[in-house]
Amino acid sequence: MLKKGIILAAALFAVAPVLNAQASSGRDFISVVGSSTVYPFSTTVAERFGKTSKFKTPKIESTGSGGGMKLFCTGIGANTPDITNASRRIKFTEFEKCQANGVTDIIEVKIGYDGIVVANSKKTDQMSLTTKDLFLALAKDVPDPKGSETLVANPYTTWKEVNPSLPDTKIEVLGPPPTSGTRDAFVELAMEGGCKQIDWIKALKKTDKNHFKAVCHTMREDGAYVEAGENDNLIVQKLQANPRALGIFGFSFLDQNTDKLQGSLVDGEEPTFENIAAGNYAISRSLFFYVKKAHIGVIPGISEFLTEFSSEKTWGDEGYLTDKGLIPMPKAERKQFASDIQEGKILVLTK
Amino acid sequence: MQLEKKESTMDKVNVGLAKRYRREKRFRRLGLGAIILSISFLCLLFTTIVANGWSAFYKTEVLLDIHFDAEQFDVDALSAADYDALVRTSLKNFFPDVQGRSDLRKLYQLVSTGAAFTLQDIVANDTSIIGSTRKIWLPADDEVDMFLKGYIPRDVPESDRRLTDKQVDWIDQLAAGDRLERKFNTTFFTAGDSKEPELAGIRGAVVGSMFTLIITLMLSFPIGVATAVYLEEFAPRNKWTDLIEVNINNLAAVPSIVFGLLGLAIFLNVFGMPRSAPLVGGLVLTLMTLPTIIIASRASLKSVPPSIREAALGVGASKMQAITHHILPLALPGMMTGTIIGMAQALGETAPLLMIGMVAFIVDVPGSVTDPSTVLPVQIYLWADSPERAFVEKTSAAIMVLLAFLITMNTCAVLLRKKFERRW
Repeated sequence: MLKKGIILAAALFAVAPVLNAQASSGRDFISVVGSSTVYPFSTTVAERFGKTSKFKTPKIESTGSGGGMKLFCTGIGANTPDITNASRRIKFTEFEKCQANGVTDIIEVKIGYDGIVVANSKKTDQMSLTTKDLFLALAKDVPDPKGSETLVANPYTTWKEVNPSLPDTKIEVLGPPPTSGTRDAFVELAMEGGCKQIDWIKALKKTDKNHFKAVCHTMREDGAYVEAGENDNLIVQKLQANPRALGIFGFSFLDQNTDKLQGSLVDGEEPTFENIAAGNYAISRSLFFYVKKAHIGVIPGISEFLTEFSSEKTWGDEGYLTDKGLIPMPKAERKQFASDIQEGKILVLTK
Repeated sequence: MQLEKKESTMDKVNVGLAKRYRREKRFRRLGLGAIILSISFLCLLFTTIVANGWSAFYKTEVLLDIHFDAEQFDVDALSAADYDALVRTSLKNFFPDVQGRSDLRKLYQLVSTGAAFTLQDIVANDTSIIGSTRKIWLPADDEVDMFLKGYIPRDVPESDRRLTDKQVDWIDQLAAGDRLERKFNTTFFTAGDSKEPELAGIRGAVVGSMFTLIITLMLSFPIGVATAVYLEEFAPRNKWTDLIEVNINNLAAVPSIVFGLLGLAIFLNVFGMPRSAPLVGGLVLTLMTLPTIIIASRASLKSVPPSIREAALGVGASKMQAITHHILPLALPGMMTGTIIGMAQALGETAPLLMIGMVAFIVDVPGSVTDPSTVLPVQIYLWADSPERAFVEKTSAAIMVLLAFLITMNTCAVLLRKKFERRW
């Protein structure tokens, strides 16, 4: 028994690298990593592509935008992903890292927009917020309510204290943790947007950029803002259970739960498909994916996958991605990116 | 004097007796209460899962008259035909009053995008169907399914639900013509993952789990048993074996994500094995289950009475013969129980698989241990994170399947123990 066990184990260990050599020498499916926000769209296209083309269905991992970039930039070869999704543009540091590891030719594709909504249960009234309200309610340090130009730890406990026109309910907001792209975008668009409306902090941006960022981007940690995890469905369920709370998540989750939730107005605009597409709604961001040009033609199916993704029936005004909650780009922009893909235009990023 | 004293002791005892009985009763009730509490939590868990999930085993299908227009088909390129158009034409013919682009679009949404793939399969199997008109059951869209199952309310304003009043009206018309039927959801057991809830199935995840567990079993059982036998029967007792023992016990308590990181660093980065493959998943889970198996195996070796060992050696058996002929067969049931429990643990694990890329959207059912795949708990996690309402019931149904597997495995462990266990 003992002997047999050892022999079997040894044999298996010997076989493993052989199997692996076979597998990694030629991957016959596309490997995609990256943002969890782009994941629903990317998977929908991948599934269609797998079922209608002669190629295998691409494999898609949801690693978050940052994690995806890290994997994407490790180098060229069948062991590295071909495409990474991102709910923000590639950062210069990431771009530099890619270049250093030999990933020099990257094609950038913007796929559309996504809105971030602040929603609550339909059992209570719809809120009408401004980005300034959001900043004052959720930042760790806010300007002294007495009027001097100093920062104090956030003293507000109810919405009414933030803005007299808001209801007298406790500030209780459920949102994503710092690892999430949704959080990054919320902080950048809503928090910084509200922050900039306070003149002396705005002036800070020119003099002390780091301090400005620290003030605008730090969320409060005293329990008013609850990090509810990456699972947006969980936030939706918690909002139903607690009608007084507000939740922060992607538009597609509001779109799927219109019978239970309502989006708050932000700066007077309701988070609707039309408003986000027209650019009226303040908290919306662009979604991207990045492709390694060196892999096109080596890994089968990449150029066909790109064609599928950039066709009108996919990301157009009535394309099937709109059913999944993607907000399409204007027609001219779609055309531009489709032709960039055809030409294989390489991304150039300067600091 | 003495008699009196005795009586008084008895009195004392008698006085305290009722109190002692009460105490004992309270103690027993406390234990019983704890059991009832945990059982009721378990029942609550099971009932919510079953209540949420049973409806996923059924799905709604629509009966449509599909005309396989000969002009649409080129016999040499069957896959190039526009199968969506066949469905659309059929729907348009059934609802001749529906006009206008947006209304038609709403109408087409009632039938799943998977209908086209069903038709494609039908034509591929039998080309003689081209040119004829057939009545065919096609999968309905998940919204229709949810509506008919009662998850989407009817009596609310149009803006509060994802189906428009017109769509509800069309569904009623279809239902009135006996063209909607609830059928057993075979797709759920035969298909891989999908973004469309009505097309999603768990076959890919079940096969992935199977491959992963086979690798885990083939590696961890022999290695674990060999380790246990060596440590228990051959190894000298000294500082080194003590150190090894402490480390094995420690490893059993290490959070599983650490094994995932190890797997990423060694199997993927050093050995260059493929990402998302059950092979690597199996290797990582082997590391995780090894300590469990070693500990269980050592315990069951220890429980074999020394008389057996000594008797075998006494009649002239070599040490190896004593072990392989007598001790191992007696210890094996205990070892297998430990292994099955370890396997059940491995079956429910997601954290270490996250690091090696097995948390991914994979449609194709894996065909070998190097194909990309997911496992059951990962599938549950991915569905729980999907925005579509219909995935809620799918999640619960997948949990039921996973629980069924776990219960089967644990029952096996109990039966094995019952059947082969010897009491000394």
